[in-house]
Amino acid sequence: MKKWLEPLTSAWVGIATHRLRSFLTILGIVIGVGAVIALMSIGRGAEAQILSNIQSLGPNLLTIRPGASTFGGVRSAGGGVRTLTIEDAQAISEQVSNISEVSPSSASSLQLVVGGSNTNSPVNGITPEYMTINNLKMASGSFFSQQEYQSGAKVAVLGATVAQTLFKDADPLGQQMRMGGIIIRVIGVLQSKGTSFSSSDDAIFVPLTALQQAVAQPRTPQGGHIVSAISLTVSDQAQTQNVIANITSLLRTRHRLASTADNDFNIMSVEELASTLSQVIGTMTLFLGAIAGISLLVGGIGVMNIMLVSVLERTREIGIRKALGAREWDIWSQFLIEAAFLSLIGGIIGIILGWLVSVLVGRSGLITPVVTADIVIMAVSVSVGIGLFFGFYPAWNASRLNPIEALRSE
Amino acid sequence: MIRLEGITKVYPIGKRELTVLNGIDLSVEKGEMVALMGPSGSGKSTLLNLLGCLDQPTAGSYYLDGREVSRLSSGELAQVRGQKVGFIFQSFNLLPRLSALANVELGMRYCGGSDRRRALEALTKVGLAERVNHRPTELSGGEQQRVAIARALVKTPPLILADEPTGNLDSRSGEEIMTILTSLHAEQGVTLVMVTHELNIAHYCKRIINLKDGQIVTEVKL
Repeated sequence: MKKWLEPLTSAWVGIATHRLRSFLTILGIVIGVGAVIALMSIGRGAEAQILSNIQSLGPNLLTIRPGASTFGGVRSAGGGVRTLTIEDAQAISEQVSNISEVSPSSASSLQLVVGGSNTNSPVNGITPEYMTINNLKMASGSFFSQQEYQSGAKVAVLGATVAQTLFKDADPLGQQMRMGGIIIRVIGVLQSKGTSFSSSDDAIFVPLTALQQAVAQPRTPQGGHIVSAISLTVSDQAQTQNVIANITSLLRTRHRLASTADNDFNIMSVEELASTLSQVIGTMTLFLGAIAGISLLVGGIGVMNIMLVSVLERTREIGIRKALGAREWDIWSQFLIEAAFLSLIGGIIGIILGWLVSVLVGRSGLITPVVTADIVIMAVSVSVGIGLFFGFYPAWNASRLNPIEALRSE
Repeated sequence: MIRLEGITKVYPIGKRELTVLNGIDLSVEKGEMVALMGPSGSGKSTLLNLLGCLDQPTAGSYYLDGREVSRLSSGELAQVRGQKVGFIFQSFNLLPRLSALANVELGMRYCGGSDRRRALEALTKVGLAERVNHRPTELSGGEQQRVAIARALVKTPPLILADEPTGNLDSRSGEEIMTILTSLHAEQGVTLVMVTHELNIAHYCKRIINLKDGQIVTEVKL
């Protein structure tokens, strides 16, 4: 038997002798580590999923909406203020550098009539650039062309969900439907994005020029064509902040805002949204992890309790070991190793448990939990650390026993 | 091997003091086999604990193998115990969860590490080669004491201390134990100091020291 191996063997024999007791002792650690692993992995999974959803919107996407900017809070009266115009979009496209494409869009809710059935659906009047800017992909058919846009062609591209709702299993391509006062023809269906951040699945896209024929579009007192949003892509992601600043100053000038006035629009970048959300999720994960950590603390106290009992029960053994030449350090390290070993086993079982929970959560299909090496390493070292911390005092107690009295005890 | 000069041990009991050993002078040569006798309370166990460096005297000097050990720190004492002293107890003091072999290996644990081959040899010497994997509870009293002897001898210490080694055994097992101890003493020339209150056991020794009230009263050489 190697010198360092003996305390481990001794610890193992002790655990095997009191199976139920050892199990109950480490249960707190098992639950704590398991909960930390499960929560952290689910949190990481949720974060990764949400970020990838946001990225699918297009990482270079900027969206300008009317209304005062109240970043991080609720955007107030966004729909009530109408300040953005097609002319703004043109100005941005012409005067701001590092922008690849700009697309104004106007959203209305219109009644659609297909065959005998009526539905209300959000309709987006857009320009052809909208497709590339928003990373839209066709499932069938095609998007409308620049030429169709210019001529105000009465054509529509349907989101995946809308296509399913309106046409059931029939092929929507080439079908006609009534939208407001005009008849339009379906020329394409979009691939589903499967994300809650983009409403492209639930929307219908028509040329802005066609929407103007169906519904009278409002105008500003200056005669600008009001739109509900302008989306654009930045050609160089590193320049995003500059682009935002340039657009801001351009729009403030165009809207004749006094230097003290707030912006009457706000610019949302996908990048910014992603970092905000990932920060929020990270905080939530940490918070839940901390609550699970309380269980680890309770588990540690359990380990300390059982180690004190064990020292008491094995007083005579300590006396024997001291008579055989064990120094205080030998006894101390032996009990410390036992405590650390005990909670390490708890930690390992906890990791397996947490991993099983995260696999089960993954099976549900909502989130794909990510169990990464750093979470596992952290859980193992925390559980060993707890053993060392809470084993310190019992082991010290054991090492200080008087050998003669210890030998005399029963 | 052992030289005691004016060894005194005083225990405080409440506010009073109890003198257990009172000015003991004693020399034991290398290779001697000595019996300590005396009525209970005479201080013979306390003396044995002092000899084994489990305890330290209140006054006096103790030279073990030429080294003054009465003022050492607890860590140094532990080292001396590990290297120089083998203990045999009345109640065997084996670890119940370990096999006979593991118990013997434990005898080497704190002085240079374990060696399975030497542990097997030691068990063979005490006639337990067939029972190395038995737990103490599966062994008779005599067998347990033989395991304890193997444990004390496995590190080949110069000094063996036995505290009533036959006190918990029937007379036949007791004689067996004494036969083993005498032959080991003869073969290895180990110094052996033994506490006993049985005269027939003491007679295995060449020298009997009688204690009373913490002092040596008579000394008999056989």
